[in-house]
Amino acid sequence: MITGWIMENLPALLLAVPMLGAILTPLVGKVSEKGRNAWVLLVSLAALCVAALLTNEVLSSGTVIYTFGAGTPASAIPADSGGLPFRIIFTVDAMSVFMAISASIVGFAVTLFSIAGDSKMSGKDSFYALLLLMQVGILGMVCTGDMFNFFVFLEINSLAGAALVASRVDKGYAVEAGLKYAVLSTLGGLLVLFAVGLFYGQYDALNMAVIADSMQFGVLDKIALVLLLVALAMKSGAVPMHFWTPDAYSMAPSSVTAFLVVASQASLYGVFRVVFTLYNVTLDYATIGWIIIILGVLSMFIGVTMAIPQKDVKRLMAYHAVSQTGYMLLGVGVGLAVLGNAAMMDAFGMTAMEGGLFHIINHAMYKGLLFLTAGAIFYQAGTRNLNKLGGLGHEMKWTMVFFIIGALAIAGIPPFNGFASKLMIYESVFMFSPILSIIAMVVSILTLASFVKVFHSMFMGPKLPEYEGVREVPRYMLAGMGILALLVILFGVFPQQVVDFLITPAATALVDQGSYIAAVLGGGA
Amino acid sequence: MNMSRIVRSTANILFPFILVFGFYIIVHGHLTPGGGFQGGAVAATGFVLLLVAFSPDIIRDKFSFNSMKYTEALGLLLFIITAFVAIALGTTFFFNWLANGGIIFGESVAFGANPGILNSAGTIPLMNVAVGIEVIGAMGLIIMYMLSGIEGGNKE
Repeated sequence: MITGWIMENLPALLLAVPMLGAILTPLVGKVSEKGRNAWVLLVSLAALCVAALLTNEVLSSGTVIYTFGAGTPASAIPADSGGLPFRIIFTVDAMSVFMAISASIVGFAVTLFSIAGDSKMSGKDSFYALLLLMQVGILGMVCTGDMFNFFVFLEINSLAGAALVASRVDKGYAVEAGLKYAVLSTLGGLLVLFAVGLFYGQYDALNMAVIADSMQFGVLDKIALVLLLVALAMKSGAVPMHFWTPDAYSMAPSSVTAFLVVASQASLYGVFRVVFTLYNVTLDYATIGWIIIILGVLSMFIGVTMAIPQKDVKRLMAYHAVSQTGYMLLGVGVGLAVLGNAAMMDAFGMTAMEGGLFHIINHAMYKGLLFLTAGAIFYQAGTRNLNKLGGLGHEMKWTMVFFIIGALAIAGIPPFNGFASKLMIYESVFMFSPILSIIAMVVSILTLASFVKVFHSMFMGPKLPEYEGVREVPRYMLAGMGILALLVILFGVFPQQVVDFLITPAATALVDQGSYIAAVLGGGA
Repeated sequence: MNMSRIVRSTANILFPFILVFGFYIIVHGHLTPGGGFQGGAVAATGFVLLLVAFSPDIIRDKFSFNSMKYTEALGLLLFIITAFVAIALGTTFFFNWLANGGIIFGESVAFGANPGILNSAGTIPLMNVAVGIEVIGAMGLIIMYMLSGIEGGNKE
């Protein structure tokens, strides 16, 4: 009975579990510190289990909808409403669970790392409460089927993120970065809210399926599209709106940075959801597709060229995060540019989209891993300056191995997961436009060059006298990095299985606007 | 440092009225404009008034950071428990399980114009109260932190 109850309410529990956990964290923390750590880990693990169950449910039996406040989860349209689903509805399709499972895995690894890695900080009760709240925001963004609800979760995500960025006070720099993030996120949130208002004014509806069903693509819809694209592309850190990422990513504690990557990807999910589900073929897909492709190429190239001269290891990684976001935009952008052309879609469009989406989960894993290794270095050496670091490979062997795995994965070297998704992107984009594919490869080579430099200046060389006392980091931190490293290798060795199981359903769900609408409004309504 | 006696007396007299008005807005959230957040903010302005009138030391004696923190947590907890009870009863998260039940806030409202029945709307007023408690705690906490930035105010 209890299992049936859980299965019935999975989408709600996905949010409710971390939310309840976040609220209770300060109270548990009052009782005992160890208990609080155990509680946070337990909540994070429970959220991961719920996400896994939900993934299994959606992939085996199709889109799950959950109507909040209704008598039963499936009753999306109340009998006396005249066919309008006015309640808040979660429409969880393959794309949503794909994002949710990736966020939950990183969330768990980050929590594990953070238990030891952030143990020297004060105010940890609020820190973990905010970390769980940020997870609520991310999971809510990727699961909701309601535009206003999307805005609410975007704000939860942004506010928790901004507070977390500022959580390690370092001569006011962290506060500055947090404030910058908060102001820009609020600006983005306002643009999203304005767009939601435009939809509501025209269609009297907030539900994505209803808006998608009645989409006219008039002038107001075009304005709304621009507002949503700008705001969400900014939140996902695409050039030319990337300027907040280096500050926020480098000043936040490393565990938070690894999670901020996922938070940015939730906004990226927002871009894709808006373009494919809300508008789909009604929009001028070739133009919008090329806009996304150009954003992607700019992000790739500018990100990596800005990364090369950086001296702060986390700033460098932050620019690489911008650069990798470009690959996802490129892959999915190519898919969008040929959306209306069935022959081209079959030939390379779907593969490009799958590559772009596969890169999302891969990026979450290896970039999370890299930020965690940077955090491990900072934990032991107390600096992020590449000119000062050196010779750490003698003592921090495991950290070094994890760093190598992450660095090779981000540069797209087999047998790691970055190679698998990048190969899909190269091949399919080459059929679309060879020059784009060549740019993507050049960016990969520059990425490799940059990480060889980082590797050399952090780990190689003789032992330095100032790092005499440096030891390997505590076991919890290694476990957090280990989970991600293991997945990086597994996804790299068995890419086909992952693509078949997770990615292809996600790409299909994204393209198939009709079934998204039908899931809420009923067949063909 | 304290303000003049006139200011302090006025603040003392106004404080309960501000609180009552705040609670009025919270409890009537389902009938009139306003609700948990607005009412909580109004009630919190009462604390600001005291803060302006009295010296930081007196305020710190009366209200502690921890009491504000627990107020906030209590409000949030009440909110989410209300939502959880709904799934425990076999319906969906946030289902209005008190509506039309006859007990607290459970009165049914007849169709057509009415002056507003306070004892209606089920869990909505309950959640308004929860949000109100939460906002009073959170705003109080923010005000206390601002207070600790005022001259001579040491932290916590």
